[in-house]
Amino acid sequence: MESIEALIAHIQGLSASVEDISHLHNLLKLAEESLQSVAPRLSSFLGQLDPAKHSLGYLYILEAYTSAPIAREHPSEFLVSISTFISSCLAEQIRLAPDKFVSVCKRFKDQVLLLQEPLRGIAPMRTAVQKLQSSPEHLTALHPDFLLLCLLEKSYKTGLGILKEDIFEIDQPRDFFLYCYYGGMICIGQKQFRKAMELLHNVVTAPMPTTNAIAIEAYKKYCLVSLILNGQFSTTLPKYTSSVAQRSLKNFCQPYVDLAYSYSSGKISELESCIEINKEKFESDNNLGLVKQVVSSLYKRNIQRLTQTYLTLSLQDIANTVQLNTPKEAEMHVLRMIQDGEIFATINQKDGMVSFHEDPEQYKTCEMIEHIDSSIQRIMTLSKKLSAVDELISCDPAYLAKAGRERQRFDFDDFDTVPQKFNL
Amino acid sequence: MEAEEEGAGTMIEDIYSNGGVEKRTKPIISSEQMDVEAYASLYSGRTKITRLLFIADQCGNQSMQLEALRMAYDEIKKGENTQLFREVVQKIDGRLGPAYRMDQAWADNVDRRAEQRKEKLENELNSYRTNLIKESIRMGYNDFGDFYYAHGALGDAFKNYVRTRDYCTTSKHIIQMCLNAILVSIEMGQFTHVNSYVSKAEQTPDALDPVTVAKLRCAAGLAHLDGKKYKLAARKFLETGPELGNNYTEVIAPQDVATYGGLCALASFDRTELKNKVIDNLNFRNFLELVPEVRELIHDFYSSHYASCLEYLENLKANLLLDIHLYDHVETLYNQIRHKALIQYTHPFVSVDLRMMASAFKTSVAGLEKELEALITDNQIQARIDSHNKILYARHADQRNATFQRVLQTGSEFDRDVRAMLLRANLLKHEYNLRAARKM
Repeated sequence: MESIEALIAHIQGLSASVEDISHLHNLLKLAEESLQSVAPRLSSFLGQLDPAKHSLGYLYILEAYTSAPIAREHPSEFLVSISTFISSCLAEQIRLAPDKFVSVCKRFKDQVLLLQEPLRGIAPMRTAVQKLQSSPEHLTALHPDFLLLCLLEKSYKTGLGILKEDIFEIDQPRDFFLYCYYGGMICIGQKQFRKAMELLHNVVTAPMPTTNAIAIEAYKKYCLVSLILNGQFSTTLPKYTSSVAQRSLKNFCQPYVDLAYSYSSGKISELESCIEINKEKFESDNNLGLVKQVVSSLYKRNIQRLTQTYLTLSLQDIANTVQLNTPKEAEMHVLRMIQDGEIFATINQKDGMVSFHEDPEQYKTCEMIEHIDSSIQRIMTLSKKLSAVDELISCDPAYLAKAGRERQRFDFDDFDTVPQKFNL
Repeated sequence: MEAEEEGAGTMIEDIYSNGGVEKRTKPIISSEQMDVEAYASLYSGRTKITRLLFIADQCGNQSMQLEALRMAYDEIKKGENTQLFREVVQKIDGRLGPAYRMDQAWADNVDRRAEQRKEKLENELNSYRTNLIKESIRMGYNDFGDFYYAHGALGDAFKNYVRTRDYCTTSKHIIQMCLNAILVSIEMGQFTHVNSYVSKAEQTPDALDPVTVAKLRCAAGLAHLDGKKYKLAARKFLETGPELGNNYTEVIAPQDVATYGGLCALASFDRTELKNKVIDNLNFRNFLELVPEVRELIHDFYSSHYASCLEYLENLKANLLLDIHLYDHVETLYNQIRHKALIQYTHPFVSVDLRMMASAFKTSVAGLEKELEALITDNQIQARIDSHNKILYARHADQRNATFQRVLQTGSEFDRDVRAMLLRANLLKHEYNLRAARKM
């Protein structure tokens, strides 16, 4: 009991300068076990501390406290106390004990999920992610949890804010898989298929020693998104993909591969019969909605193909070639595509004709120049980064040790045979 | 090209002459039935029999079938192939009267003689081998090859012909070995062997006599044809010299050279190549004279009389389907020729009236539209169809726009790939760190 009071006093006294804090950190680490043992009584001490000043100490005590089941008895208070801590704590202090912070936040997330009120968790988790990040390129363990909450709440826009940042540094592969998978789903929800494809591609091609469920689910969605976006799907993955993924992923996703195959025929009827056969599987995978989008994308693609071959075509002919029932339906499809800027055409309702035009973009406007300029800038920064990373890796002792060992063996074989012969 | 670059006035007249009443007064061959006897007389040896049997299998016409079988029967009787004889008799099935029944006595007689001859050959070969006389051993194997070939054991014949190779002393021997091997491989349908032995024969140091060169060209052409490499096949047939004459009837008739070469060339050459290598080719003209239909259709194609060209092709089709080497390729070749014709027709124009074009190709506007659509989708014709007014407009790609588009696309692809790569690199590094940490 006394030791805890002493500890509180230490926390209050040693939270100002950097040296003090590192000293305090050591003290807290030592006291960790005793804190656990008195966890239920800790709530009263929390009131004596100011989360904005004594963030590190507060974090340790909060973590010990929340690990006890008693804290769960008042879920609402529990959530409030954690969210106030998250919003007021000092980033520099909590980054000293990221594990503790992550585990507190995870408990917070679990509780939110238990109450089925994901909305309450979104704002604090976003703050938590930002505070924990050492740089915007850093993928924290809290990223996937935040995205999960966004997904459950269907507030995709909030999630997209985080996804805009390009991440490079990764703590745990599992976080990375989940981050990309949830991120992909959020982008699908926002119909940002290009970004979704990129994220899912990252999951599928990521180095993995064994197949995992996240990769399989991601592969299914990757297949569907690829059909919607590019109109084709190839089962051969790029060479850099891990051999496990290359070999086994498609075996788990046969219905999706079949779907891609029937899509490539370009015939709606074939696609629909394939969907009918595998409907239960798609439904149990929660992918049926996406599958339906695949169907409508085939209509679009077929109409788009017509624009390549025809200048004018009657609505009736369009309906016939893309297998729509009535010219009216064809008109709706064409109209929607014109609205979305997917084709350039005008409908002449009097004759029932559609005239297709060329892409009016002349690449002459200021906006286009700006767009190109920004692309160039982006790529220049990216290649700078690339060469920096390359340099870093070529100086990395672990890499050098491995590469050097192999080189040495090679050299040994190469040069040592000749003198050996002379020795004999 | 020159035909198209003439004045527009004559061009339009031409189109009308295509579509309208046929003004030229040349006889269009009717699709009369193939004269089996005349056809068979072009060939000799085993290929005559196999071609006849092929016709009998494919023609689907009772009288023609029996005619072919009868001639095959007669032909086999002259040789020693009892296996083939039994097959033919089975196919005839007594439909040709008592003269064409199973002649068991003849077959037994031939088989018995064959046994004796084989024994004799074996003894001879053994004695040659003990005496180690190279030339005699070669002759012995060669005789064995001939013997097996005559009796229809093609695999054994091939083996024995190839065995002579080790005992060849002059390039003449090597060429003989190669020709024998080629002959047997063609009969077996093993065209990869044909290719390798053709190149082997062509590598012999001594100059080859023109007949052999022509034979080798034909064999190479057949091999390419079988491999669906029509352009190469056309080149080989076009290079075949007139010395071929009737010297290679056990494989190919000069008429065939004209047909195969002409069709392959039409399907795969562009206009200048067609002009230089086919129409202006003096050697090949001699071959073409043998098959006037093919000559006419090539000239029609070149002078853009597509309707009559396609008509000739249609008339020839039934007979070509009865050709043992060509039947598999007729459809593809015809399709390619038709596509070529369509592409060439549209090429010089900025806009084409589909109705006029349809009549030039003797087809309906709707059908033509479908064909053109397929070609445009394949990017073989750069044009778009005005389905309302039935006009085809040529499309000129805007290179500037296309370049911009491509640049932007490449940029974003690069962006995406590099980011993905850095991520993967970091993951790998992480895993490596993990492993290192575990070791410690």
